[in-house]
Amino acid sequence: MDVSSCDVLVVGGGAAGLRAAIAIAEANLNLRVAVISKVYPMRSHTVSAEGGAAAVIKPNDSLDEHAYDTISGGDWLCDQDAVEAFVNEAPVEMLRLEHWGCPWSRQPDGRVAVRSFGGMKVERTWFAADKTGFHMLHSLFQTTLKYEAIQRYDECFVTKLLVEKGRCQGVVAIEVATGKILAITAKAVILATGGCGKVFPFTTNGAIKTGDGMALAYRAGAPLKDMEFVQYHPTGLPLTGILITEATRSEGGWLLNKDGYRYLQDYDLGKPQPKPVLRSMELGPRDRLSQAFVKEQAKGRTLEGPYGHYVHLDIRHLGEKLIDKKLPFVRALCRKYVNLDPVKEMIPVRPVVHYMMGGIHTDIYGATPLPGLYAAGEAACVSINGANRLGSNSLTECLVFGARAGQAAAAFAAEQKETNPAISAQARDEQRRLEESFLRKTDGKERIAPLREEMHKNMEACAGIYRTGAELKRAAQVLRGLQDRFHDLQLDDRSYTFNTELTAALELSFMLDVAEGIVASAFARQESRGSHQRTDHPQRDDDKFLAHSLAYRSPEGPPRIEHLPVTITRWPPGQRVYGK
Amino acid sequence: MAETITLSVARYRPEEEAEPTVQTYEVPYRKDWVVLDALNYIKDQLDGSLSFRWSCRMGVCGSCGMTVNGEPKLTCAVFLSDYLPGPIRVEPLQYFPIVRDLVVDISDFLEKLQKVKPWIILKEEKPLSEGEYRQTPDQLDTYKQFSMCINCMLCYAACPIYGLEPGFVGPAAIALAQRYNLDSRDMGAQERLDILSQKGGIWDCTFVGECTKVCPENVDPAGAIQQYKLAGAAHWFKSLLLPWGAK
Ligand SMILES: Cc1cc2nc3c(=O)[nH]c(=O)nc-3n(C[C@H](O)[C@H](O)[C@H](O)COP(=O)(O)OP(=O)(O)OC[C@H]3O[C@@H](n4cnc5c(N)ncnc54)[C@H](O)[C@@H]3O)c2cc1C
Ligand code: SF4
Ligand code: FES
Repeated sequence: MDVSSCDVLVVGGGAAGLRAAIAIAEANLNLRVAVISKVYPMRSHTVSAEGGAAAVIKPNDSLDEHAYDTISGGDWLCDQDAVEAFVNEAPVEMLRLEHWGCPWSRQPDGRVAVRSFGGMKVERTWFAADKTGFHMLHSLFQTTLKYEAIQRYDECFVTKLLVEKGRCQGVVAIEVATGKILAITAKAVILATGGCGKVFPFTTNGAIKTGDGMALAYRAGAPLKDMEFVQYHPTGLPLTGILITEATRSEGGWLLNKDGYRYLQDYDLGKPQPKPVLRSMELGPRDRLSQAFVKEQAKGRTLEGPYGHYVHLDIRHLGEKLIDKKLPFVRALCRKYVNLDPVKEMIPVRPVVHYMMGGIHTDIYGATPLPGLYAAGEAACVSINGANRLGSNSLTECLVFGARAGQAAAAFAAEQKETNPAISAQARDEQRRLEESFLRKTDGKERIAPLREEMHKNMEACAGIYRTGAELKRAAQVLRGLQDRFHDLQLDDRSYTFNTELTAALELSFMLDVAEGIVASAFARQESRGSHQRTDHPQRDDDKFLAHSLAYRSPEGPPRIEHLPVTITRWPPGQRVYGK
Repeated sequence: MAETITLSVARYRPEEEAEPTVQTYEVPYRKDWVVLDALNYIKDQLDGSLSFRWSCRMGVCGSCGMTVNGEPKLTCAVFLSDYLPGPIRVEPLQYFPIVRDLVVDISDFLEKLQKVKPWIILKEEKPLSEGEYRQTPDQLDTYKQFSMCINCMLCYAACPIYGLEPGFVGPAAIALAQRYNLDSRDMGAQERLDILSQKGGIWDCTFVGECTKVCPENVDPAGAIQQYKLAGAAHWFKSLLLPWGAK
């Protein structure tokens, strides 16, 4: 076992983690910062974000409009103080990234260009063609290389948080290349581990998005907030779940059913116009569009292919020139993965699990209830996304709250004395657990893939776009069963060198915890709001549920759910109106 | 009986064997499967001990580069159907030390990348309150192509110079240095040129051009190196002719 230490440890090398690391390096020159990531930072899933990042910069826009779009988009479950901080700091954070070299798309006069996005009343989404996340991540990563204070542990997989005397004081990790156990002590830890789309079978999320940080925090006693809110993106490619960005629709793309009809007009989203209208039709919010698909399917008006039902996304009328300039990645993805050219043919699409509104409960500084533990990015729930995130808010969220968490953690760390030596005993226990439960275990009967498949089936069937109490109850039982069976797991691979079967097993166990959090929170929320639709409770119920769900781990059995009132500042709950 | 296809996969488990070996697996043939899907089938259904890297499965994270039938490829971007009737040979990227099975050690690249200072260098950054640096679409276009590098390492695996001379900075790092040199916001070209004019820098390249051929993102690292050499040569001539005005 290797023991090392730093002042602030950032877990995760995506947009949120890297932004936090730079904030710490800049906040206090005396602090030793480290970024630990299970993949090289530039592989983090931020890399796949396509459409753009929202921040008010143009004179026809205002912070209040951005706040209102976000809050109404989130069906009033957003904490409004968090949203106000977010929209205020978003422009400066985006400019900072411009100064760091991000290749934003530009207007002819050299200023940053913006595009419209779903659920937004004014165009405010900055973009770098349709590879925004890729460019943001690489710009951030390359910028971190200039800070000598930022140390890295690349390809190191965190398995446990070290908590001693009620304070988070570091982590235990596996150095994947060698299998060596690392005990890294820190005065503060920031979890920026991203989302958990892989809990579901059909998702835009990469293999690494397994909710690790959420489960780590939950196991350490911090609650998970609003886990029932899972975003389906309306336009994923069948089979692979590869995302076709919303920017296709903001540029003017149409969603058509099997009769070539723009069916969204039947779902209270406005009437079709030749040019895109903001907050209307194809530019409605994601939850409403994904729900419309399910209803359209029930009416028998979708198409059916080898990978399930789908509708058409038609961008042919945008023309080759615009497509090549603003949506080149979409064209390349379609050609490569569905063997068609969107300049000439319609793209088959269906709703796909995309983003987690819920996450580790934090305050507006990124602090969790566990002293010394912070969280930011998709892993966290501050919450600015409420019951439904607006597209292009989350990349910006990674910057704003990554920076905030970095600053808060730096301030906390500066006040702490050395970490407690007792935690190395804990690290040894963790090493023993990994050996006994996985590497040296010989009597197991279960394999990873079937357990994962069963979790997938169960989540898709019971915790998808529409849910009922009875199904959720069944899902909770199935998950309990899977948790038991997980203890009987047997690995084929017993080596220490780059053992990806071991990391896959640990990821599966993280996902099972996260899945239980989703299902239990969804069961407890007996109303329909945003992305959480209960057919047995079809109305929004502000009297009972204008509140966040908090899922706490209980020693045995499923999580315990509590509720916490939403913070309302200036926008009393209202109706969500689109297409008017 | 469903159709199948054979994958012959390079294995190397340093704790058990001194040399790499080959193992063959029979996997279902599906026309819309990429090679990576077949590897995942093996891992899930046949042999959990096979190790390889992947994440996005959409050609953008740069993790899944391997040698497929002798050529460096992103395994999530080549299809089983490209290699009919098989067998398909899958090996780790060449010229890098093998860690295990299909996983290679790329830490050398990360050190080199840092060495070329791939960040905006300014004498003094203007305050954020003054807003963005103006950059016209044309100015953006001059460096955009070099900014598309996903660090997949295919170009290193294709570069015979890197194979012979591991000290060579290599195609992607040079392309990324040039990406910043050409960025209208940057003032670091000279610093980077000083670094890249040293041993292991641009002059090591004999212009084989394989890097550009294998690049999945059309980054054209060979073009970057060529541009760089011209800039380097011009700078060298200038310093001979006008020793007082070279900077
Ligand atoms: C296809 C796609 C398109 C998107 N498009 C947009 C868009 O246009 N606009 C927008 O605003 N949002 C978009 N999003 C959402 C947005 O990209 C993500 O929410 C955001 O990038 C998350 O960043 P992050 O830093 O929180 O996490 P990630 O980028 O996922 O990074 C997580 C990091 O944590 C590390 N990690 C995880 N677990 C461990 C562990 N156990 N040990 C060590 N390290 C660990 C990983 O290695 C990684 O470095 C998109 C998402 C997807 C999937
Ligand atoms: S230049 Fe091309 S081949 Fe080389 S690492 Fe970058 S993307 Fe890969
Ligand atoms: S898995 Fe990301 S590039 Fe292939």
